[in-house]
Amino acid sequence: MRYLPHTSDERDAMLARIGVASLDELFADIPAAQRLEGLLDLPHGASEMAVERQLGNLAARNIAAGSVPFFCGAGAYRHHVPASVDHLIQRSEFLTSYTPYQPEITQGTLQYLFEFQTQVAALTGMEVANASMYDGSTAAAEAVLMAHRLTKRRKAVLSGGLHPHYAETIRTLSFMAGADAGLLPADPLADEDIMAQIDAETSCVVVQSPDVFGNLRDMRAIAARAHAQGALLIAVFTEVMALGLIEPPGAMGADIVAGEGQSIGNGLNFGGPYVGLMATRQNFVRQMPGRLCGETLDAEGRRGFVLTLSTREQHIRRDKATSNICTNSGLCALAFTIHMSLLGAKGLRQVALLNHAKAVALAQKLTGIAGVELINQSFFNEFAVRVQGDARVLVEKLAKTGVLAGVPYARLAPQAGLDDILLIAVTETTTDDDANALVAALAGALSC
Amino acid sequence: MLNNQGRPTQPEKASASYRTFTGNRGLQMEEALIFETGRLDVTGVDCEVPAAFTARLGGLERRAALDLPGLSEPEAMRHYVRLSQKNYSIDAGLYPLGSCTMKHNPRLNEKMARLPGFADIHPLQPVATVQGALALLAQLGHWLTTMTGMAAVSLVPKAGAHGELCGMMAIKTAIAARGEAATRRVVLVPDSAHGTNPATAALIGFEVRAVPARADGTVDPAAVAALMGPEVAAIMLTNPNTCGIFERDIVAIAEIIHEGGGYFYCDGANFNAIVGKTRTGDLGVDAMHINLHKTFSTPHGGGGPGSGPVVLSARLAAFAPVPFVRASEAGLELVEHVTGQSFGRMSAFHGQMGMFVRALAYMMSHGADGLRQASEDAVLNANYVRVCLNDIMSSPFGARPCMHEALFDDEWLKGTGITTLDFAKAMIDEGYHPMTMYFPLVVHGAMLIEPTESESLASLDLFIMTLRDLAFSAQRGETERFTGAPHLAPRRRLDETRAARAPKLRWTPPLPAAAAE
Repeated sequence: MRYLPHTSDERDAMLARIGVASLDELFADIPAAQRLEGLLDLPHGASEMAVERQLGNLAARNIAAGSVPFFCGAGAYRHHVPASVDHLIQRSEFLTSYTPYQPEITQGTLQYLFEFQTQVAALTGMEVANASMYDGSTAAAEAVLMAHRLTKRRKAVLSGGLHPHYAETIRTLSFMAGADAGLLPADPLADEDIMAQIDAETSCVVVQSPDVFGNLRDMRAIAARAHAQGALLIAVFTEVMALGLIEPPGAMGADIVAGEGQSIGNGLNFGGPYVGLMATRQNFVRQMPGRLCGETLDAEGRRGFVLTLSTREQHIRRDKATSNICTNSGLCALAFTIHMSLLGAKGLRQVALLNHAKAVALAQKLTGIAGVELINQSFFNEFAVRVQGDARVLVEKLAKTGVLAGVPYARLAPQAGLDDILLIAVTETTTDDDANALVAALAGALSC
Repeated sequence: MLNNQGRPTQPEKASASYRTFTGNRGLQMEEALIFETGRLDVTGVDCEVPAAFTARLGGLERRAALDLPGLSEPEAMRHYVRLSQKNYSIDAGLYPLGSCTMKHNPRLNEKMARLPGFADIHPLQPVATVQGALALLAQLGHWLTTMTGMAAVSLVPKAGAHGELCGMMAIKTAIAARGEAATRRVVLVPDSAHGTNPATAALIGFEVRAVPARADGTVDPAAVAALMGPEVAAIMLTNPNTCGIFERDIVAIAEIIHEGGGYFYCDGANFNAIVGKTRTGDLGVDAMHINLHKTFSTPHGGGGPGSGPVVLSARLAAFAPVPFVRASEAGLELVEHVTGQSFGRMSAFHGQMGMFVRALAYMMSHGADGLRQASEDAVLNANYVRVCLNDIMSSPFGARPCMHEALFDDEWLKGTGITTLDFAKAMIDEGYHPMTMYFPLVVHGAMLIEPTESESLASLDLFIMTLRDLAFSAQRGETERFTGAPHLAPRRRLDETRAARAPKLRWTPPLPAAAAE
């Protein structure tokens, strides 16, 4: 086996040195009745070439986003990632190192985490960010529990503009933790009265912008109302690229920000691995979950970085920890950091503007089709249209013609009664030909 | 793994032996933060400029400053290559972190995960366009359930701790379905457990009750029986345990838990020791997470992404989260919404697909024969290290065989003035990553060495000779080699107390000279 260095002679010599007659003696603690004698009922080992062939066959049975006109978003976005990003994250020293528990020989990881935290804090307009969460949805769920610890209350109010998967993730964890998380009805027009739901028992109100329908939400009044009641505003986003163009949650009064960072540096990967972003106010940091990297000095007085405030964490505090999180999304955070470093504020703004311009252009074209109605007043790079009939059926039909037309809202929330809503995302990777193909396909499908 | 308890967090002051103008030391480059070298009007990404258009931002244009500098591509390459050179890695050397399983990460796996048919597909594409991806999920599930002899698997959890959460939420839901939610509120957790176990149980409202270990580091069924009662929902037991020992009474423990009406959660962090040697389901386990980034070689990436699928017994299978794959007449389908007794959704999409591809490539490469050999070699290597060091270092549980990792304590350092931390830091100067230290908590000054199956005999011999040389040096009283270590790393010891006292968690521009005074 190509990954195992020992020869059988070497194994014998090692057994002799250990002083046992056979390997079985080393496994003697396994009860005899439960010991496996033969092999598992699985295939034998395979050469590199054979594995490539088998997995290549599986990969070939999927339609890659880059091979067709493609408009899916709803929490995962296809952006162009510079080639240097994927090269750099595959450097052995990044790829094959562990969590930086020995800071003297992991300054590479620690410094990029410090850069990552600085970038996330700046993008979100917040004071501090952590070293990443699993993804946006789990970051949002952890943010709600964090708000409960900070306010010593147990009731969250969830906007109807929240991505249904995020709402479900929050509600599962809240239910299990014995907390209340009330969800408002789906809100495609962004006209819900969430402020009326905030009372003296509310711990936090969770609002997404751009919301799942693409609407941009002004959170300033919500923040003010929440703060007046002693509650916190948790701002959520699934498209971090938007922050290059729209007012960040920190400037609108958010207390905790939880979002998905996949768009910068990371591919679609069928839903994972992604990188959860979490940011907050400096004075809330001791209730924050996840790893934090901080600056310090070494014994010669040189600047260096370490994991810090670990007395919040499970390996020290055990059942009193702020969260059970251990591993986070280190390498995805690195990809984010490198891509963001290449972009800078200038490049991010340019790409974000291009996303918006292309989305506006497509929205205009689509409104010319009979049977398609744009429902958004505002949006960044994703918007919702109302179509004739069931959007799920329409999307399946268009997929057969080689166009991935977007995500039917009913795929996310079949009970919401919004079967005719289609979410369409446009990025810098969308060409004019792609847009025209969608327009033609939609017009054709809706006319017959 | 690491614990702060009982070890110094603030270094003694040290002086540099040799200074250069740049601060660089040969190939070891000092590197500023991007915020100190980048410029706000630079970008390393060329982007088409759209024609003038009317924005639809609803008056929410960004007005807040965004002071993030950009780097040209050559600057970015150099910056991150230099940073990488400050990291230790498995590819560069033996990385004996106990419980972390730093084995070789095959590059075939990386290549497969980057096939556009896996890397460039969207989680919400029509299922007819991702049948190959669903087949991959089904195949991975088949390998995992076959290896463990369990009824079902959830691929959703994003890391080991997330897997623990998944398994414990399934248990909590099963207990509620029996009408015992109000009464079964206690989870038994041995003292030697990973911190994630009690943290997970507490996160979802369970009360944690500790189970003491017996003198040989394992759990005594009698101790479990004494703690078992109608208020106990489950036990969370690591097997092989964190001392590197197979819990020989695990079947009896499972029976006690089951007879008392509880569930058996097994922390599968150390599953890599027993693949193909025994099956989890045969031991009486109801739920176990499997760290694909440990047992199945997906890269640790400096702290993630991980992946923690959970295998479930027939008693718990119905409570698994959504989504999951199911065969239908039309092919494979995704069940994305709660039906029946599922506890619901615990993250946005289908799990860590990128990690699934890597893990399956690894499993297929090894096969049933290679996977068993890998476990045997991991155990062989750990015992070889143990036997070659146990005349000079002390073991808390005597000279008994271990599984995939060898545990030592600091009894042998008594009177030398050298701590486990000092010893670990001296290993850095010798070109090794330290072992896991101060964990498990039940062993004083613990040193947990996991060489993995990836190390050749020559590599192990050099590692052993190095540790022996260090150990003799410690016993000879050559304390400077230890208390000042590391001398030769990119940084000397870092002041953790300073970092925590006034946390500086992001870069901020330096104050102007006048204001700073």
